[in-house]
Amino acid sequence: MSGPSYKISRDHRSLRQRLFEPPAVGKMSLMANLVAWAILLFWSLFVLFPIYWVVITAFKDAATVNNGPFFIPFIDFQPTLKGWTAQFATDPYCDAWSIGRQLVLLVNNLFAFIVSPIVTIDRMEPQICKVYLAYTNSFVISFGATALCIAVGSMAAYALARISYKPKFANIVAFVLLSLAAIVASNYFDVHWAISGSVALALFFLLARSLGRRFKTTLGNNDILFWIVSQRILPPIVVIIPVYMMFQSVRMIDTHLALIIVYAVANLPIVVWLMHDFFVNLPIELEESAQLDGSSRFEIFWDIVLPLTRPGLAATTLLTLILNWNEYLFAIFLTTARAQTMPIMVAAKNTGERGILWWEMCAIIMIMILPVIIMAIVLQRYIAKGVLLGAVKG
Amino acid sequence: MPDGTATSQPGISPAGLFRGESWGEWLDRHSRTFFIAPAVTLVLLFAIFPTFYTIVFAISHVRFSATGLKFRTVWFENFAAQFTGNQQVHFLGRFTSMSIAGWVFTLVIAGALLWWLYRAVVGGTSWVGLAGRLISAAMAMFIALLFAATLLSGNQWGTLLNTLFYVVVGCSIQFVIGLMLAFLCSQPVIGKNFFRVLFFIPLMITPLGVGYAFKMILDVTKGPFQPFWQLIGLGNWAWSTDAWAARWFVILGDSWQWIPFIFIVLLAALENVPKDHVEAAQVDGASSFQIFREITWPQILPVAATVMLIRMIEAFKIVDLPNIMTAGGPGIATESMTLHSLFLWRANNMGDSAAVAYLLLILTVVVCSSFFNFVVLKRIRGARA
Repeated sequence: MSGPSYKISRDHRSLRQRLFEPPAVGKMSLMANLVAWAILLFWSLFVLFPIYWVVITAFKDAATVNNGPFFIPFIDFQPTLKGWTAQFATDPYCDAWSIGRQLVLLVNNLFAFIVSPIVTIDRMEPQICKVYLAYTNSFVISFGATALCIAVGSMAAYALARISYKPKFANIVAFVLLSLAAIVASNYFDVHWAISGSVALALFFLLARSLGRRFKTTLGNNDILFWIVSQRILPPIVVIIPVYMMFQSVRMIDTHLALIIVYAVANLPIVVWLMHDFFVNLPIELEESAQLDGSSRFEIFWDIVLPLTRPGLAATTLLTLILNWNEYLFAIFLTTARAQTMPIMVAAKNTGERGILWWEMCAIIMIMILPVIIMAIVLQRYIAKGVLLGAVKG
Repeated sequence: MPDGTATSQPGISPAGLFRGESWGEWLDRHSRTFFIAPAVTLVLLFAIFPTFYTIVFAISHVRFSATGLKFRTVWFENFAAQFTGNQQVHFLGRFTSMSIAGWVFTLVIAGALLWWLYRAVVGGTSWVGLAGRLISAAMAMFIALLFAATLLSGNQWGTLLNTLFYVVVGCSIQFVIGLMLAFLCSQPVIGKNFFRVLFFIPLMITPLGVGYAFKMILDVTKGPFQPFWQLIGLGNWAWSTDAWAARWFVILGDSWQWIPFIFIVLLAALENVPKDHVEAAQVDGASSFQIFREITWPQILPVAATVMLIRMIEAFKIVDLPNIMTAGGPGIATESMTLHSLFLWRANNMGDSAAVAYLLLILTVVVCSSFFNFVVLKRIRGARA
């Protein structure tokens, strides 16, 4: 049997019609359009209804929520701003100075982290409105993590696309052995993990140059790429306990920097994967001619490669930003009060003696998802591109 | 890992600065290292090293003391506790005796797996391939046995099967619906671009927000469907106390969020299918189902397999939705393995928490790499051939 076999369908059209009128290709009948519209409209309702319900509940009050479902504002129920004002009314620290206080807090906490291994400095307690604190924390952390992740990730992706690396298999074995040695040292000989860990890392980078010559098994760029991308499979819960211990021992729990680093590592696979695709598809001639002109790798990367991949960079950045904004598990482990992000703050509202105050909850959920929704609608094209490349090129 | 300056620099030099060389030149000479070192260091420090360190927690009893944590090595006790001890009910579920249906199911799966392995041996698979197949088959057999001993015999589920339920059932439903919507939107429907933007929105929303929104909507007494619940006589019924209802509602929220992802990727794949093939088949008088099965489906299969792999990887990590919607309840009916580990950590039981996390890692790696080897790679090779 060759090729697909089709049943012969009986054609009711006249011979003249069959011969001289081509079949309607690329158009749909009105009936088919209506059926399609019915399904698509139903799905739109399913997509929009939860959002609509959150929006209207944010403008309800206790009586309206508890006395049964009301759907249409101004007709079913009278909208109020109680849910919104309640976020601020119950908070004694809510005033116009919040912005200034948040800035002082940020600077102080960053400074406190930097000097913390040397001298003990008290990090400032947040004396600002909780919602405001969480909101600015979320912004600082997700933007900081995205910036770090994009910078580190796109550099690695570019290097993997253009420079050939030949890591030796022995390096991997060396790293495993050294980190095990560091763990044993810190657990059984009471060496501080930061010391044993950094000694192990330094030893590793020293050995990495020489070790390979003895062992012939080499890996290529694709292996490094696969290694980085495969980190996405690692469930965050596996690494979180040691990461918590590591940050705790340098007094970095509940700081912005800790979350920024962890978020950046978690999203590194995505950035490297997507940006690698963009870089590989660039024409190499421009870079070669720049190299002949004596430009350094960094200049080529900054002046030629990055501007050329701006659309891809935008897509990847937006995707990473959204993932960071929505991150939950790391934040739940690594924050308590000062660096608490929006999702954690919202989740904490769950436990009240009077049950969940839905009108307050919805107002705060709206505050949380508003920037993302606006971004999603305005920049939908770019984000879609980022999502797409992950799967289509993979 | 970067190694030296093998190709880019003729005349290999020691690592220090040359006389008369500026820092910029030195930096450029070592650019191949500096480009990749930050990423590699970050991953080594915050992903690989902690993964090894978790082993220490997983094989120890961890106690808090005045000077810090006290480890007492107990080797595989924490893991054994998940399978045989107190935690076994939590992790594997409760099983007393297997029903006939359970035995039949187990035997059928065992037979199928043996046949599959036999085919691989006869087909001359390499040793590595054979080892991989053995691992996959062992995992599949274990899960089938567990499935037979709990669900098919009417016993309680554990968090392991809950996680797999979210992955297998959730992802399948999402794939089917996403594919249908993508197929509809790839047809010349009037105004499809509007729907495209609209369907994309849920992907952007925090899983936490999704959890609260669905918790609110599905509320039987105050939610929007309250009249409907009254009508079918479930006015006083709380879905959060029914194990199966709770599981399905978690899947509902998860689907609401993730169908857009599958939809948008498959839509792109569908639009890349060459138009002339489809038109030629239409002229030949093929029905649209035939066109889909014979022309479109084979062309989008590699993308579909890849997108399912990505979706599965994310589904294994599900934690915020069940945590918000049901807090893992009723009992442990909706608790995923990540949530299980989180709860153990909250109870200061770090050893067991790490053990569960490690079991999740093993499960994820075996299932995802099996899927990658036996489905994605096969399809991609098939499409290229």
